[in-house]
Amino acid sequence: MTASVALKDKEVAVDEEGYLVNLADWNEDVARTMAADDSIALTDNHWEVINFLRDYYAEYQVAPAIRVLTKAIGKKLGPEKGNSKYLYELFPYGPAKQACRYAGLPKPTGCI
Amino acid sequence: MSDTQAGEGGNSKVRRFMFVNRKAPYGTIYALEALEVVLIGAAFDQDVSLVFVDDGVYQLKKGQQTKDIGQKNFSPTYRALGDYDIEKLYVERESLQARGLAPDDLLVPVRVLGSAELGVLMEEQDVVLSF
Repeated sequence: MTASVALKDKEVAVDEEGYLVNLADWNEDVARTMAADDSIALTDNHWEVINFLRDYYAEYQVAPAIRVLTKAIGKKLGPEKGNSKYLYELFPYGPAKQACRYAGLPKPTGCI
Repeated sequence: MSDTQAGEGGNSKVRRFMFVNRKAPYGTIYALEALEVVLIGAAFDQDVSLVFVDDGVYQLKKGQQTKDIGQKNFSPTYRALGDYDIEKLYVERESLQARGLAPDDLLVPVRVLGSAELGVLMEEQDVVLSF
């Protein structure tokens, strides 16, 4: 596949579903560009989830499935954020899939 | 993903699945494949247990270094199993002992069982998958 995301100064390769091919290509600009392509402007609330996912991946080497993400967010950030409604409002295409993509992680393991 | 009725045809009976891991973590794809199947299958809310026997006990060994073989060290993912509500991890005592390992050498808390006890547990399962 030759899909890519065009940044200001370079292009980074993504797979057929839009996930980064090389996780090391990630920076905040990648996330902003991917979101802009979906007509989303990232807010602090988006970044909170994206950074949470990056930390989770660094710790466990796995991109969590949606229900795992929801529960883990609830544990760390409180129940008002650890619920599907809140997360789907931020990431309408599916919080785990979309947020993992912006975070430069693989597609979540356990999302079918 | 959406909430899915477990089982085929809307049959929501919880079944007992045991995943038996027998091989060293690298060199073959079995260990990683088993782990991924377990993580994906966790969405179906079944009664899941993991067993580590023979060289499979090395999958849980602390301090894995994979840089020189150019593969991803996926061993930290075993520590995420709890987040997926997979809490039943069994290790065969004989396999540990034969390799000079103790529970303290492992990444996650496990129950150590003798092979006879594991055999009984296996007998109680609805499905046993060997990797």
